[in-house]
Amino acid sequence: MLPDKEKGFMVYDREIAQDEAPEERLKHYKEFSNSLPPERITEQAYRCMNCGIPFCHSGCPLGNQIPDFNELMKEDDWEEALRVLHSTNNFPEFTGRVCPAPCETACVLGINEPAVTIEINEREIADRGWREGWVTPQTPAERTGKTVAIIGSGPAGLAAAQQLNRAGHSVVVYERSDEPGGLLMYGIPNFKLDKEIVLRRVEQLKAEGVEFICNAEVGVDVPTSKLDQYDAVLIAIGSTKSRTFEGMNVPGSDLKGIYPAMDFLPQQTRRVMGKTVKEEELLATDKHVIVIGGGDTGSDCVGTSLRQGCKSLVNLELMPKPPVDRIANNPWPQWSFVFRTSSSHKEGGERKYSILTKSFEDDGNGNVCALHTVELEWGEPDETGRRQMQEVPGTEKRLPADLVLLAMGFTQPETDTFVSELDLELERNRFGQGIAANTKDFKTSRENYFVAGDARRGQSLVVWAIHEGREAARAVDLYLTGESTLQARDSHGYDSLAREGLPA
Amino acid sequence: MSNRTISRSGLYEPYYEHDACGIGFICNIDGNRSHEVIANGLQILVNLTHRGACGCDPETGDGCGIMLHIPHEFLKAEVADHGFELPDVGEYGVGMVFLPQDRESRESCMQILNKAILEEDQELLGWRDVPRNSDAIGWLARENEPVIRQVFIRRDEGLDVDEFERKLYVIRKSATHMIGNSVISGKSEYYVPSMSARTIVYKGLMLPDAMDKYYLDLADERATSGMALVHQRYSTNTLPAWPLAQPFRFLAHNGEINTLRGNLNMMDSREQHFDSDLIGNELNKIRPILSPGASDSANFDNAFELLVRGGRDVDHAMAMMVPEPWSGHESMPDDKKAFYEYHACKMEPWDGPASMAFSDGVRIGAVLDRNGLRPSRYWVTTDNQVIMASEAGVLHHITNDKVVKKGRLEPGRMFLVDMAEGRIVDDVELKSKFAARNPYREWLDTYRVEMPTDLQDVDPVVEDTALLERQQVFGYTREDLEMILAPMAEDGKEPTGSMGNDAALAVLSPRPQLLFNYFKQLFAQVTNPPIDPIREDIVMSLETDIGREGNLLGESPEDCKQLHLKSPLLTNAQLTFIKKLDRDGFRPAVVSTLFEVAKGPAEMDHALHVICKDALKALEDGATMIILSDRGVSKTHAAIPSLLATGAVHQYLVHKHKRSECGLIVETGEAREVMHFALLTGYGAGAVNPYLALETLDDLKHREMVVEKKPGTAHKNYIEAAEKGLLKVMSKIGISTQQSYRCAQIFEAVGLNTALVERCFSGTASRIEGIGVKEVAQEVLLRHAMAYPEKPARRPELDVGGAYRWRRRGEFHQWNPETVAKLQHATSLNNQQTYDEFAEEVNNRSRTLAALRGLMEFKEGDAIPLEQVEPASEIVKRFCTGAMSYGSISGESHENLAIAMNRIGGRSNTGEGGEDPRRFEKDENGDLRRSAIKQVASGRFGVTNEYLVNSDEIQIKMAQGAKPGEGGQLPGHKVFDNIAKVRYSTPGVELISPPPHHDIYSIEDLAQLIHDLKNANVHGNVSVKLVSEVGVGTIAAGVSKGKADLVLISGHDGGTGASPQTSIKYAGLPWELGLSETHQVLVENDLRDRIRVQVDGQMKTGRDVAIGALLGADEFGFATAPLIVSGCIMMRKCHLNTCPVGIATQDPELRKKFKGKPEHVVNYFFFVAEECRKIMAQLGFRTMEEMIGRADMLKFSPLPEHWKARHLDFSRVLHVSKAWENSTLYHSKTQDHGLEGALDHTLIKEAAATLENKDSVRIAVDIKNVNRTVGTMLSSELTRRHGLGMYSGALPEDTIWIDCKGVGGNSFGAFVIQGVTLNIIGESNDYVGKGLSGGKIIVSPPEEFVGDAADNIIIGNVALYGATSGKAFIRGVAGERFAVRNSGAWTVVEGVGDHGCEYMTGGRVAVLGETGRNFAAGMSGGIAYIYDKGGTFSVRCNMGSVDLKALHEESVIELRSMLEEHVKYTDSSVAKKILENWDEEVQRFVRVMPRDYARVLKQQQQEQSEVTHAS
Repeated sequence: MLPDKEKGFMVYDREIAQDEAPEERLKHYKEFSNSLPPERITEQAYRCMNCGIPFCHSGCPLGNQIPDFNELMKEDDWEEALRVLHSTNNFPEFTGRVCPAPCETACVLGINEPAVTIEINEREIADRGWREGWVTPQTPAERTGKTVAIIGSGPAGLAAAQQLNRAGHSVVVYERSDEPGGLLMYGIPNFKLDKEIVLRRVEQLKAEGVEFICNAEVGVDVPTSKLDQYDAVLIAIGSTKSRTFEGMNVPGSDLKGIYPAMDFLPQQTRRVMGKTVKEEELLATDKHVIVIGGGDTGSDCVGTSLRQGCKSLVNLELMPKPPVDRIANNPWPQWSFVFRTSSSHKEGGERKYSILTKSFEDDGNGNVCALHTVELEWGEPDETGRRQMQEVPGTEKRLPADLVLLAMGFTQPETDTFVSELDLELERNRFGQGIAANTKDFKTSRENYFVAGDARRGQSLVVWAIHEGREAARAVDLYLTGESTLQARDSHGYDSLAREGLPA
Repeated sequence: MSNRTISRSGLYEPYYEHDACGIGFICNIDGNRSHEVIANGLQILVNLTHRGACGCDPETGDGCGIMLHIPHEFLKAEVADHGFELPDVGEYGVGMVFLPQDRESRESCMQILNKAILEEDQELLGWRDVPRNSDAIGWLARENEPVIRQVFIRRDEGLDVDEFERKLYVIRKSATHMIGNSVISGKSEYYVPSMSARTIVYKGLMLPDAMDKYYLDLADERATSGMALVHQRYSTNTLPAWPLAQPFRFLAHNGEINTLRGNLNMMDSREQHFDSDLIGNELNKIRPILSPGASDSANFDNAFELLVRGGRDVDHAMAMMVPEPWSGHESMPDDKKAFYEYHACKMEPWDGPASMAFSDGVRIGAVLDRNGLRPSRYWVTTDNQVIMASEAGVLHHITNDKVVKKGRLEPGRMFLVDMAEGRIVDDVELKSKFAARNPYREWLDTYRVEMPTDLQDVDPVVEDTALLERQQVFGYTREDLEMILAPMAEDGKEPTGSMGNDAALAVLSPRPQLLFNYFKQLFAQVTNPPIDPIREDIVMSLETDIGREGNLLGESPEDCKQLHLKSPLLTNAQLTFIKKLDRDGFRPAVVSTLFEVAKGPAEMDHALHVICKDALKALEDGATMIILSDRGVSKTHAAIPSLLATGAVHQYLVHKHKRSECGLIVETGEAREVMHFALLTGYGAGAVNPYLALETLDDLKHREMVVEKKPGTAHKNYIEAAEKGLLKVMSKIGISTQQSYRCAQIFEAVGLNTALVERCFSGTASRIEGIGVKEVAQEVLLRHAMAYPEKPARRPELDVGGAYRWRRRGEFHQWNPETVAKLQHATSLNNQQTYDEFAEEVNNRSRTLAALRGLMEFKEGDAIPLEQVEPASEIVKRFCTGAMSYGSISGESHENLAIAMNRIGGRSNTGEGGEDPRRFEKDENGDLRRSAIKQVASGRFGVTNEYLVNSDEIQIKMAQGAKPGEGGQLPGHKVFDNIAKVRYSTPGVELISPPPHHDIYSIEDLAQLIHDLKNANVHGNVSVKLVSEVGVGTIAAGVSKGKADLVLISGHDGGTGASPQTSIKYAGLPWELGLSETHQVLVENDLRDRIRVQVDGQMKTGRDVAIGALLGADEFGFATAPLIVSGCIMMRKCHLNTCPVGIATQDPELRKKFKGKPEHVVNYFFFVAEECRKIMAQLGFRTMEEMIGRADMLKFSPLPEHWKARHLDFSRVLHVSKAWENSTLYHSKTQDHGLEGALDHTLIKEAAATLENKDSVRIAVDIKNVNRTVGTMLSSELTRRHGLGMYSGALPEDTIWIDCKGVGGNSFGAFVIQGVTLNIIGESNDYVGKGLSGGKIIVSPPEEFVGDAADNIIIGNVALYGATSGKAFIRGVAGERFAVRNSGAWTVVEGVGDHGCEYMTGGRVAVLGETGRNFAAGMSGGIAYIYDKGGTFSVRCNMGSVDLKALHEESVIELRSMLEEHVKYTDSSVAKKILENWDEEVQRFVRVMPRDYARVLKQQQQEQSEVTHAS
């Protein structure tokens, strides 16, 4: 007997199914997280208080209507819950797996209790939808006759493609890789996001009428001039330029054995998918691995290296170890800067904080054999929020390493491509620079060229990419037809009418 | 002082003036005339002076008057030297005429009147100047004094007196119309107080004791009369108006007609169809019958006069206009019921609190409205006189030995003296007489059609358009389904919400809004009481008749050819029934309200014209029922908003004088919630069929979003919920019947332009202009476009709504994730920058297009350096926190606010739940947890003498922003031990606060309560909390005249705690409107400087404060913001006790989660004050005082691109009123409370020994009705002096014993404490023992009184209201509402009126005689013992919450000791008789046992026995 809807949070504790044990899951590359039995999942939905102000859905970049779908779960109406989810998020099965869930740090229950399991609820709804066959192609009733090219098929490109296609435009997606999906496909390891999940979504898009052209790098395989034939072009090429030690004056950073994470991770996915690896095979097997960078990509490298059977693994992070609890000036409902342990970190390896890499040691054959590091001391943030670092004398160390994976973030989109051919204006952002456009019309400096996702805003979360894809799609739709009934985060559907199309 | 006239460019509207008063009459039953009657009449007036009021000129008063028989002998002698002679009595008529001061105007008026006399073939005898002494009246009255003359008209010989009266009526009306239509410059001063062959009225703007000094006729011994009917006025405004004084031609009215607007409209429609043999072709001359510019009472008099002159007797006419509550009356004879039912087909009641005294010169009588909301006491004397008045004891010289009967007028009853027959005719005789006039029941059975209630559901109409699309077209949202429709269908109740309304006003929302959303319900506050539709359902009725009305002046069987409905909500089957009606007198016609989408918004305007014409055409073709239908919306066709269509057709037909010829029914997909039905009926619909809501419910059932507890109940529950809601909305404004609510237009529009309002909602206030028909059409088309997008890009789905709670794609809310988080961060970290961001976010008007102040901008001022502005520490003293009761919020959060406010010198508010006296003492760290403001609300929970003494300010809550006009309910499971303790109730027993204060039904009652509270704490201030609505300014003026020290104007949007969603969304208006109206009216009336004005409602920032000050506020209240600072995250579930941050909960586990800190609250208020200072510096104000009322420093500044807001106009809001000479725009003087005359000063002197040493004393005093609130000041002085209280002890019983001889005034023994005994020999008026706090009151008749004590009334209405402890022994009968909300007093009484022991929660009541109807309604605690001699009590008892049981062992002992004590103190003969034969008599007692209370007692017993067993 389930309790009063209003009192679930007083009755149930937060509960998440046990993942497959690390020693077991390290034996394979499949997803390893489990589900609670159905009634227990519903109990978790009962913890949602259906707040007067759901801070969670302000915490969510997509504006997912979290209380609404939780409410529908309570009512056992999963199909409607899925419809609600899809109204803000084209791909809940992706975000239900790989999102750091800013919603949960904004959850009202999180003020004084563990937050609601929002992300898992999302995943459960989406997975159930797929299982039950509720996710079907939605073809547009009419075609507008307008054509749109989308460059890049990462989450931003995919979301935009689906939205624009549903608005009745004919959409062609150019992907330079052999499969659509961008980082979803080859960036995120299979054990975090099963590639079948990506592919089935791509299939849905195809069935709805989106055309995917793979192995088609614009400016290389496809002449840039071909873009002129489209009524609009949306660039969603991501921010794929990895940050390296280049120009940082770190001796030995060009040694063999030091690779950006994105040289390493896609290879493993190709292997899992039974595809050949064309480049030099990078494997951590029996190696001392050092991963530099403590973010998501770093942890992906950790998980992949452990699965490949590395001899040892150290994960270095430049920044200090975050506090366990929120500090005073990082109050709820802000994103919480606290210490988090990713699933990969639970699988093994060692994490070190406040470590600066001073140099790489050559084994004599041009291969890396060790890192030389020093510990850092970080000052209090100044007015701009920046913190000064200082090396701590006497903390120098030598760490042996056969394979060094650089997961230090991405600085910007690759611009020595069609981007420069098109002469698109760039703009500085937090990480480096992106293709210039605002978040209202997403227009680049070139007429009828639009940009969305990491290519515009710099490296970010999948959820932000989907968000930008959706918002940009609406902007493109408005551009093409003067009005749009596509939903966007803050649009209630009336606004473009009210703004521009008042019946006179 | 120069002649001041009210400026009309501001918000002041004379239509909203109210008056109330004291009334009375004296007559010789045989009509014998004497001068003594006149003198006594005037004496009654003088002794009712305290019920009137005066404005800024203490000499002027609000007016009074007297109606007499024509003093024939006197006038005959007087006119002798005027050159004409008077014929015999009855052969001439006298007109009392107010004429213009300007000579030329005056003569023109007289000429027209002379001409009118000739035209009616009567003879003008001559004119007489009425001798007057202008020095007797005040300067203000003198400036407006008319020239007063009498005109004498000889009766044409061919006429009898009644026919002559009719002629005089025509003369008066026709002359008035002619003068009104003339170009005479002074015509507005022309007014005829009376013109009759029998009666004459002297009245004017003066105080009672000036009457015979001013009108020398009255002092003349030669003047005689057999009757004198008097009226003393208390008006909410002060501007002089002689004609507003009463009596009118027939009557004097104490109370207020709530349904006036509807009555006016309907009378207006009817008057073309009048047909009267008696008046004949003169009808044209008397039309229009009513005078819409005049007061409700004046218009009532006009209509009454028409009915009487049309041939009905005065009593018959009165029974038509003020019927008894017949619907659902258990014991009313059927012929009488039929009489009322028949007349309901002809005319709707004029509903509202009313005590009417009336006379045509032959009969004189009085009637009381169905609620019995005004007091009316009468005495019959040995010398054959009747004295009737608002109070007993108005003639001090009449001693008890001369009185044979002391009675009171009962609800719905009439009292009549036939001076021709020389006898009193009682209510039963009267009514059975006119019930027998005609076979009304037979007529009804023959001609009236009854709507069947058990019709099987018809096959649903299948529409071509899908449900979802139609839902979208009509603007349905997901919230509508989840939060409105589903709960209604599942529980049959209105959905509840919390935390007020912080969403955008409809006109400020960029989203298209339903037209309904532009309206706000008006509600009763102060000048009339709201009703409790649940506990007092005996007076409520949703029954209506629709169809073609007959001739009002005739009486024919066919007049009841109407369709009778039990409720205005129609199921599909019922509508089908109507559509298929086809018989003589019943012809339905459907008018479609659809229009073509493709033609754009202008097409809707056009269609609106067309449907009006269509309706008229149908009507002329014989239709008697017009059905406006929006069935069939589609891709090509949209619907005119149902309200617009209804309003337009209704107004159109009213203008064509055709409205009374048909019923109006609305078949609409749009209406779905209570407010929608209220609006549709309020603007003219007789019935509504919400077909799409019903169809939606079917769909929800199908989708299992609605689970029926019993199959087939969803529709039924939904309709029932809507009906309950409708009753609630009606009762909020104090209207009892749907029949009179219909067309009554009790709404205010916000954001609609004049053209639209005039066309469809004529007479509705809409004060800031706004959108017109075109924009309304655009909204319709926008919704339509959402349902039928040019290119559908997604699955169709309903809009999220977001009206009731913040949702990302929903409506804008002022409290949203950004603002809440920023405010919490700023105050907990004391971070100025974050506060600035918060304030910026809130103040940035482009984002806060949610409140009117968002559209205001400061003008450029002469900036001064910030240092010159008074410090923030001074400004914060003007801040208060809102009234939130301990009970609605946790003790932790309550004390958190109190500590913070005490630290900064502001004031926190107890709310209505009492306060634990432990909080009255300082904590060790110096913090004080006491709330400076003690609230007194209708429930009076914990309002004891100790509570009041420990206050700095006592706030009378007339209404609260979230649910004005409603009471509250604290369910038993929330009444925890600690809460029960401070509320003086039983843990676990439900507590109900009634909608009205049962001691405030009228403005003079409020003045009385203010007086009581002032007596209870002479050191504190008394404030009155009002909620913004049109007319609140005039009420505030009345409050200022009632001597309140402070008036609080609350916005509609504030509010915490639980409340029905309908009220949260639709009741009350923005404070910007209410505050500026209040300030303007107070300034115009020179009442501003004597009262502090406070404002609250969604106050958040220093900018809000600055705007509040500029619009006229001295002080500022904050509720939601400090709660948010304390951790509230707007969960909006306060009503569920599940607050996850420990604020709005009593759950011990959840309370642990409370994390608020007083210092955070302090930080917040300083941030606000500092922000305000910056604005002051910018504007150049050094102090708040300089700033208050300076609306000239504000300008209206809307966003030009906002497609709705840009049509607004704030000029009336920003209108600047100039202060009078020697006055200020802010609070600068103190009120004169007139406490020096209190009898208690004598008592205090005499009780010196007790005050000093607690020694016992015995005192004897004489009392009169003018000695009000006796014993209160003495009690409070004792409490203060000796620190008495809940924990600190009391005086021994009878320490002070006071013998009082005579008639006690109102509130005798209010808040009297233990140890004080008041023994009245005589009788007393209303509110005896109000808030009794342990004292003892004994009332018994003097020995010389000849009547039987047990049969005569001895105390007035509402005795022991809110008593918390003490005893009262009443030898005699008490009035209505005895022991309402008693929570601890023990009392014996020998009979009570209606509604006895209502809402009682504790104590014991023994009634040894008859009880009125509706006994024990809402009673949840305590026990009543009823001596049920006739065995009929159960019929009169409201069994909703109680069981009737026999006495058991314990109660027999208890009762016996009560009776013994009663005999001991009062020598009661009835008690003695019962005791003498105890064993037998005790069997006749019934024990009234509240079920809740019985359950809790049983539980306690069990627990106790468990404890006993365990130990």
